[in-house]
Amino acid sequence: MLHPVPTLKETPSQTAGPYVHIGMTPNFCDITGVIAEDLGKTMIHGEVAGERIDIVIRMFDGAGTPVFDGVVEIWQADASGNFVGPTAPNSNAVPTFTGWGRQPANEQGEVRFETVKPGRVVGPDGKLQAPHVSLWIVARGINIGLQTRLYFDDEAEANGGDFVLNKIMDKRRRETLIAKRDGSTYRLDIHLQGEKETVFFDI
Amino acid sequence: MSGIILPGADGMLFQRDRDWHPKADTPGYKSTTFRAPKHSLLALGPTKSEMTGPTFGHEKLGPLDNDLIRNFSQDGTDAIGQRMIVYGQVLDENARPVPHTLVEYWQANAGGRYRHKKEGYLAALDPNFGGFGRSITDENGFYHFRTVKPGAYPWPNTGNDWRPAHIHFSVFGHAFAQRLITQMYFEGDPMIWQCPIVATINDKAAIDQLTAKLDRLNTTPMDALAYRFDIVLRGRRSTMFENKLEGN
Repeated sequence: MLHPVPTLKETPSQTAGPYVHIGMTPNFCDITGVIAEDLGKTMIHGEVAGERIDIVIRMFDGAGTPVFDGVVEIWQADASGNFVGPTAPNSNAVPTFTGWGRQPANEQGEVRFETVKPGRVVGPDGKLQAPHVSLWIVARGINIGLQTRLYFDDEAEANGGDFVLNKIMDKRRRETLIAKRDGSTYRLDIHLQGEKETVFFDI
Repeated sequence: MSGIILPGADGMLFQRDRDWHPKADTPGYKSTTFRAPKHSLLALGPTKSEMTGPTFGHEKLGPLDNDLIRNFSQDGTDAIGQRMIVYGQVLDENARPVPHTLVEYWQANAGGRYRHKKEGYLAALDPNFGGFGRSITDENGFYHFRTVKPGAYPWPNTGNDWRPAHIHFSVFGHAFAQRLITQMYFEGDPMIWQCPIVATINDKAAIDQLTAKLDRLNTTPMDALAYRFDIVLRGRRSTMFENKLEGN
């Protein structure tokens, strides 16, 4: 047998719904006293190597309305291009950089992450990918989480050789993944649908 | 540490069966109309960026994090409603347990009212019920929590739609590409088959997979019913095939 055959079907996805905050960011919706801080709110604990940046993402639906009830999670390498390694299951040690963040959108459909600019990670072609952050978006009206990436506009050369960006045949659509630098902040607008629709992946 | 699938492992995942999952654009569930992408998804074999994911071993869970009957209680009074234990095993498509992974869950109270500032349903809040909990699976992939059965509630979709009793679940697995949010329903609930959100799934067998089964053997006598809900995440192919692709 060449390939192992799956014996079970994946549990089907369902929408996170409008009250996703109860489960994913309880303090944000005033369910206080159960956990001290919403998980994923803080990515940096203490001294970390690399350039400190903010990532600000705004999300819009196909009618141009802000996705004010969405939640975004990010996963990224650290400044040296490494993902946070495994932690012993019973360890209470918090990594100085978690690589993972989770933020609820505000009324403008905006989320903000305080993080470091990721280093380059090797891609499936054996070459370095351009610096990027993986995104996962859930909300009311999204039946299965949307997966995409954020790249950086001041990495034009690396972006030009990136394995994933180069898979996007329509070059104009590559721009939908590239955040614009504004001081120490990178801004990216995500459009779920329409003229400026963001490229989403089947990973 | 043997048996733990380390997050640094690079083995590819089985492709997601997007006919089994709900499609993005499902007009019966109106909120999808402007929130479903119209372009097809870009097929992208997972890279290291998606084959790794966060670990939560360092997250010290509180002793009541998996007890919704007590974890929001203002004065030690139990939440009101039908007491129950929900438990199950997190597996992958290869039927291997997924140990040490975070499972989060949230729900309405016994009357169908969510504790959320944007929820205005007239059913009363329970002062001792928050509706949030979390677990980390044990070495065999099992989780469990204690709660009260959520009530059905109405929602503005076509004018008279009601959600069946349900509990939302968020599961991580060991790769960011395994990330999953779903909803658990209760065996025998006639409202399951009337719900436009359930109906975003085409296959009855897939809906059945979201339906928790009453487990009489694990009820706690004179205390709580038990429901079993197993969760299956995407499975990994052997890394062997990856290496062959790279010419090893």
